[in-house]
Amino acid sequence: MRELEPSEHALERFLERTVLFTTLEKMVNWSRKSSLWPVSFGLACCAIEMMAMGASRFDVARFGAELFRASPRQADLMIVAGTVTQKMAPVLKKIYDQMPEPKWVIAMGACTISGGIFDDYSVVQGINGLLPVDVYVPGCPPTPDGLIYGIMKLQKKIEKEPLRRLWAEKTVD
Amino acid sequence: MGNERTAISKIKKTLGENAISEERVFRNETTLVIRKEFILEALRLLRADPDLDFDFLSDVCGIDWLGREPRFEVVYNLYSLKHNSRIRLKVNVEESRPSLPSAVNIWPTADWHEREVFDLFGISFEGHPDLRRILNPDGFKGFPYRKDFPIR
Repeated sequence: MRELEPSEHALERFLERTVLFTTLEKMVNWSRKSSLWPVSFGLACCAIEMMAMGASRFDVARFGAELFRASPRQADLMIVAGTVTQKMAPVLKKIYDQMPEPKWVIAMGACTISGGIFDDYSVVQGINGLLPVDVYVPGCPPTPDGLIYGIMKLQKKIEKEPLRRLWAEKTVD
Repeated sequence: MGNERTAISKIKKTLGENAISEERVFRNETTLVIRKEFILEALRLLRADPDLDFDFLSDVCGIDWLGREPRFEVVYNLYSLKHNSRIRLKVNVEESRPSLPSAVNIWPTADWHEREVFDLFGISFEGHPDLRRILNPDGFKGFPYRKDFPIR
């Protein structure tokens, strides 16, 4: 092996500092998980905790998910926060359908997960029949820390997602 | 405070003694039970008369007294901004013909209140411009605030 020229030493040091080897999949998933844009979808008291999560005390910006969008077309995460009534269900589905892919869903709170205390004629008994839920955050309501934990769980999930996954195949359980 | 006494006497004078079937005062709240055929005229009088001037219809709601005859009751809560007084009118509605004249022409806000009563109790309002469900989805079957409606 030949000796390196001084200029080549410099180049090697430069490359060590600036070039990072990884796979495309890891790179894409890293960028996806680090900048989740949730759509504002607060339906009941859970929305208050969701707002607390976004505000200064809990500050979900630390995890790259603070940019709540009022338009589903600019969002890739739907945090369903609150009681979904039968009348709201078609609206929920429509807003989800308007979100561009890739997209994820967090079911926040007992009502969203199972209907909660509202075991009656007017409330949807769990949104997993409507939307493909990625993470369930239990609680009534869940604390802001709990929701942040849910977002971190989702980030772990996004990290492992194969890039070739076909989003149209995502199914409802 | 308090032109409720005037309201009672004016109703009796204009619509006759038997327009009011019952009057109650509980903790300074006046409640009049009006016979069904007089209800629209009574409401119109309370709204239009300058001495009464009940210009705000706070709420219209229904009650289901399951097992009683007549089964339903519709309650009108009125408020006069000018005189700072409140009055409550009640009408009995039979199950066989659950229908009342609409108050939309007197207070436009009656539109949604009456739709709510229709949606939850199945009491219809004749002359209402757009009587359809307001809280439940359009295809919903039944009237959930009736006591015999199953909870699920």
